Amino acid sequence: MKHLISAADLSLDEILSILDTAEEMSVVNDRDVKKLPTLRGKTVVNLFFEDSTRTRISFEVAAKRLSADVINFSAKGSSVSKGESLKDTAQTLEAMGAQALIVRHHASGAAHNLANSGWISSHIINAGDGKHEHPTQALLDAFTMRKRIHGSHSRGKSLDGLKVLIVGDVLHSRVARSNLLLLRSLGAEVRLAAPATLLPANPNFLGASYYLGLDDAIDEFHPDVVMMLRVQLERMSASFFPTAREYSRGWGLSAERLARLSENAIVMHPGPMNRGLEISSEAADSAQSTVLEQVANGISVRMSVLYHLMSGETRE
Amino acid sequence: MNYQLVLKNTNLGDGTTVDIAIEQETIVAIDTGLSGEVEIECRGLIALPGFVDLHTHLREPGFEASETVLTGSRAAAKGGYTAIHPMANTNPVADTAGVVEQVKALGDAAGYVDVFPIGAVTVDLGGVQLAELGAMADSKAKVRVFSDDGKCVSDPLMMRRALEYVKKFDGVIAQHAQDPRLTEGAQMNEGQVSAQLGLTGWPGVAEESIIARDVMLAETLDSRIHICHLSTARSVEIVRWAKQRGIRVTAEVTPHHLLLTDELARTYDPVYKVNPPLRTEADVLALREALIDGTIDIIATDHAPHPAEAKECEWDAAAFGMVGLETAVSVAQLVLIDSGRSNWQRLAEVMSLNPAKIAADLGQGEAIKVGSTANLALVDPAVQREIVAVTESKSRNNPFAGMTLPGRVVHTIYRGRPTVLDGSIVEVAR
Ligand SMILES: [Zn+2]
Ligand SMILES: [Zn+2]
Repeated sequence: MKHLISAADLSLDEILSILDTAEEMSVVNDRDVKKLPTLRGKTVVNLFFEDSTRTRISFEVAAKRLSADVINFSAKGSSVSKGESLKDTAQTLEAMGAQALIVRHHASGAAHNLANSGWISSHIINAGDGKHEHPTQALLDAFTMRKRIHGSHSRGKSLDGLKVLIVGDVLHSRVARSNLLLLRSLGAEVRLAAPATLLPANPNFLGASYYLGLDDAIDEFHPDVVMMLRVQLERMSASFFPTAREYSRGWGLSAERLARLSENAIVMHPGPMNRGLEISSEAADSAQSTVLEQVANGISVRMSVLYHLMSGETRE
Repeated sequence: MNYQLVLKNTNLGDGTTVDIAIEQETIVAIDTGLSGEVEIECRGLIALPGFVDLHTHLREPGFEASETVLTGSRAAAKGGYTAIHPMANTNPVADTAGVVEQVKALGDAAGYVDVFPIGAVTVDLGGVQLAELGAMADSKAKVRVFSDDGKCVSDPLMMRRALEYVKKFDGVIAQHAQDPRLTEGAQMNEGQVSAQLGLTGWPGVAEESIIARDVMLAETLDSRIHICHLSTARSVEIVRWAKQRGIRVTAEVTPHHLLLTDELARTYDPVYKVNPPLRTEADVLALREALIDGTIDIIATDHAPHPAEAKECEWDAAAFGMVGLETAVSVAQLVLIDSGRSNWQRLAEVMSLNPAKIAADLGQGEAIKVGSTANLALVDPAVQREIVAVTESKSRNNPFAGMTLPGRVVHTIYRGRPTVLDGSIVEVAR
């Protein structure tokens, strides 16, 4: 593996290998001295064309715990905002010694372009490209599910037969795309619940069946996992739905809906949450919620990804 | 007697082999055993009337780094064209008699093809105020085709006015059918592929709804309407229905919409980014069928050159458009001839006769017979060639590069004078 661009690029073996290594990393993360020498002397650049403090910090912590040198490059206020191209920016950073670029970009396909256009030879990790994918989020979500279900016996386990419901703005969500692809490879059954305006035009999106209301989805699908997507309020002004109140009534995970889930069902959210809109405080703060575990697991999973791509280049 | 120029042993596409004799700008004899002061060997080559492109972007004035009238004319000649119609979306926009006359003069000076400028429908392509259509029609450029191409004349009242106004000089409005609201931020065909790639979709209905509206306007007003670059199966159905009703509508398809699909967007390579977007296999098949059965009247290239930096970037930031002048006849051959579905006569219609008729071009699109203007393309149909991106065009945004396509233009004769011989441009003496 040279790059991580799409969850679709990963075989089941590769996914399990990344998740199992992340288990090892999480042991390190529970120690007092949370540092491994694995990437000493290597340089990783966080190349963020879009603000995302959480994701950037998560990658930064992960890389530093592997002893890499980390450079944060925010495109805002830099030469990029003065019209420098993606190509020139990436080539400049590589010329400064970067061996891996962790890329967040507002355009779908930007990470793919960096990996495939022959502009540079660094490792590329897609940290979210437009409305396309966010593969490390899907990996950390899968890791979190596995850990909840199998606890300390997670290693080597897939998610066979697990019923996952993804709720909300699937159309614009890179989290939904990556999860759909990754969870399917792991053997889970994924369905969607969203207003029709926020589903891709092809209703049978990547083969996943869907519900137009959250109540039907809960009653008919009996999900083991409910993954709530963040709703962006600008969708409202673009008439994807009429009001926040109506969205919340139709697709929000209220206390009442939480109560109708099976008691073992888990509730996930990639953050940052809009409490009271797509998720109630009761759901977010319940024992079934994995929101904070997802954040902690994100570091272990990203350490694992960096390790898989960058340690001992002989792996290729 | 010795004629000025004789094309020896040309194949007329129906199996007959003849010599074609040319004096000045005119075909003066078609027979066997003709001799000339200059003779060009054409054994195995199909003689076709010089091609006429109804939809070209030349980028001059304003964007000369991408293409000039001269470089675009040379690319056209190389592709077997003897006439092209540059679109109005230059800078300044071709919305006055002055600009269209300037473009025509540049074409005359280049001397490779007839350059018949298309005039804008509205001032600065703004969609708000009708451009001086009459002045452009009366100018030296004698404009008959008007289009805001690049943009849709989306205001129905503006479209109505334009359709009525051009009747005085038998003009035609060429509509770039794209509902602007349904395509805000659109990047590629809306469907399964766009859903997976996370690129904003351009739904077929944004094209189809405008075509449906415009053919009904044309019927109501008894006006003539031409639809640019049909891209969907349903657009074909609407045009077919309109023609059955006797509505005076003509339609074009581009080579890329006849050959390429939205699956190519999976590469995120902006060389495949074009407007309207590449559609699905089913759409491609419907467009081919429509070209064969006559629902679609012409192939037009929508040749749209762009500088490297406009395509060497992320998809969202890239420009729409691809070049096509030097590959069009190969795609036409693939679809009409090599498929076994049609014939050279039909190819001549869609590449030359029909576009010249739609635009009322003088001396273009004439069948090969004594008395016709000597505009000819001589094509070797037996060649398979690998397409390369570096060509006569200034730009290299060529989606066919690397593909193997059939057929090659060997000679082009423009008004009695060779502009291409043995596949190479003949430099015009200046
Ligand atoms: Zn157009
Ligand atoms: Zn065009």
